[in-house]
Amino acid sequence: MSALEHLPEIDNGLLRFLTCGSVDDGKSTLIGRLLFDTKTILADTLNAIEKTSAKRGMSAVDLSLLTDGLQAEREQGITIDVAYRYFSTGRRKYIIADAPGHEQYTRNMVTAASTANLAIILIDARKGVLTQTRRHSYLASLVGIPHLVVAVNKMDLVDYDQAVFERIKAEYLAFAAKLGIKDLRFIPISALEGDMIVDRGERLSWYDGPTLLDVLENAPAAHTEQAEDFRFPVQFVCRPQDSANPELHDYRGFMGRVESGEIAVGDAVTVLPSGASSRVKAIELGGERLPRAIHEQSVTLLLEDEIDISRGDLIVKSAEAPEPVKQIDATVCWLAETPLSPARTYLLRHTTREVKAKVARIDYRLDVNTLAQEETAGLAMNDIARVSLKLAQPIVADRYADNRATGAFIIIDESTNNTVGAGMIG
Amino acid sequence: MSTLTKQTLSHLDWLEAEAIHILREVAGQCANPVLLFSGGKDSICLLRLAEKAFRPGRFPFPLMHIDTGHNYKEVTDFRDKRAAELGERLIVRSVEDSMARGTVVLKHPGESRNKHQSVTLLEAIEEFGFDACIGGARRDEEKARAKERIMSFRDEFGQWDPKNQRPELWNLYNARSHKGENIRAFPISNWTELDVWQYIQREQLELPSIYFAHTRPVVRKNGLLQPVTELTPARDGDVVEDVLVRFRTVGDITCTAPVESDADTVEKILAETATTTITERGATRMDDQTSEASMEQRKKEGYF
Repeated sequence: MSALEHLPEIDNGLLRFLTCGSVDDGKSTLIGRLLFDTKTILADTLNAIEKTSAKRGMSAVDLSLLTDGLQAEREQGITIDVAYRYFSTGRRKYIIADAPGHEQYTRNMVTAASTANLAIILIDARKGVLTQTRRHSYLASLVGIPHLVVAVNKMDLVDYDQAVFERIKAEYLAFAAKLGIKDLRFIPISALEGDMIVDRGERLSWYDGPTLLDVLENAPAAHTEQAEDFRFPVQFVCRPQDSANPELHDYRGFMGRVESGEIAVGDAVTVLPSGASSRVKAIELGGERLPRAIHEQSVTLLLEDEIDISRGDLIVKSAEAPEPVKQIDATVCWLAETPLSPARTYLLRHTTREVKAKVARIDYRLDVNTLAQEETAGLAMNDIARVSLKLAQPIVADRYADNRATGAFIIIDESTNNTVGAGMIG
Repeated sequence: MSTLTKQTLSHLDWLEAEAIHILREVAGQCANPVLLFSGGKDSICLLRLAEKAFRPGRFPFPLMHIDTGHNYKEVTDFRDKRAAELGERLIVRSVEDSMARGTVVLKHPGESRNKHQSVTLLEAIEEFGFDACIGGARRDEEKARAKERIMSFRDEFGQWDPKNQRPELWNLYNARSHKGENIRAFPISNWTELDVWQYIQREQLELPSIYFAHTRPVVRKNGLLQPVTELTPARDGDVVEDVLVRFRTVGDITCTAPVESDADTVEKILAETATTTITERGATRMDDQTSEASMEQRKKEGYF
């Protein structure tokens, strides 16, 4: 057998998923287990954690050490920031966003969830559904993650008892009903022992569903299976007038990423907010001409007519053009230690466009544990609220539920340039 | 009937599209960015991605290398050749100039200059007024990098504060900075070493020759192969062997070790990478071995 036959045949795309759980639910151990059982851990890394485990007086290798990132975390023995991990199985490449479970770091959970298409919610079989479980589930559904896997962990500590698993499942379903999660699954696991993660093990024979890895391998990679409207925010305009090649003197390439839908040469398009129309003359990627481009592809569009287009404009199909708006209603998560001040003007970044924004009204703040609505005059870090914003210039937006790219925005404090808020329109 | 599963990009196409998007965001948001090009494989990928992002136009940024003066000639020659082929401007700033200015002081003449690149980089940033540096760092390289943002903010002293990073949501990157501050942008954050080699293969990218198997005199020390060069001569008692090796990373001569390998083509390297049992930095970087937290420490001090 030649060495080349060992090469992974990755052809099933890339899946981004999120892991979340409360402190000590075994999240780090689960990730360590996924990396270990898919043989993604390399010898020197394993060697280092073996040494550390021994130094800390542990008898077995502590897989959670694999995801222990920063010095401060190692000192405190906790996770303080989203970390990204990678593994591939030969069928698929995975990006794990490892979100910390601590209450004060809710903003990290929202950050991690914003790019994920699947979330694994960990529950400690001994503890059942906790306040944090509800919070994480709510946040995952709020950020629009279409696939949710509830992994009931530490089954080894409850004698792999099916009744415990069924009780937690019923308890979870009772509160999850109001979240409207589209695809929800339950898997009993032991991250420590490796049951039902990559291998089935022998102690959970009463469970006949897929293993955790089976679910990951088969989950759709696209954020939504629905057909979406074409949305192309212009990032950069290419005008190589000074090129030595005279053919390029009139070249005007509109560079961006197809955020949703698809586009083909000849399609009628409209540029927003100006409303000017044209047709697609060519689609290019690195000097190569393409007949069409699909969602998530970065390309350059050339149009038949000379229209004034700049960064921040949105190219759409003429038949699917949304209306520019100057006032938006949104669910906002406040991310900064400095509270939101309704008196201040902020900068709102939506796709590739930046506009000034001011709070017109805060309808209510949401208690993410009970989903109760509370009156509030301002927002502090980790608050989630329904907010109405006035914009200095129009943006061309969709509802977040319809389109994750054109429905999302961030809020920037110009005095520090910090990202202080995240919003979902609709 | 159409099938229910939507067409999606292959993992390599997805990574490429993401990197192009990030490069264009840097160009769209920053007034004066620069791309750090060392002649190493990761930054070679960055150049191809920049071609895909900006051609037929010129790159909206120059290339820059912070030269420790201790680089393999094969790599610096390649660096110059590649920049010339692309017709893009290459700036080289040297740690030796910082030493002459007195801003870099070595503890002893043999000390690795690798960590002192930070000083020269910050001096170059100030000299040219760069507001963003695009680098080829990957999150899978090292623990501290796993938590770094794609657009990573540095204060006036070039410091990274891991506890106070800007939240980074969706693909809405915030590359804003005030004068004197700086953004480090990492378009291939989400790539692994294997992805890099697969991309090199697919795009048929040329690499410096020392990435491929060649015979070189080395000394075995602390589980690493230390190359015997003018800068790193054998000491008394060292056993010098001629070994078939290749480099997996091509940094400073004094702190970059090759691995034993007979892989003389990209295909063979790919096969080795897919089945390798040592992580890239672990096998090859003597400077990361000092302590478990050494990369984090250097990043806080302004390293890439």
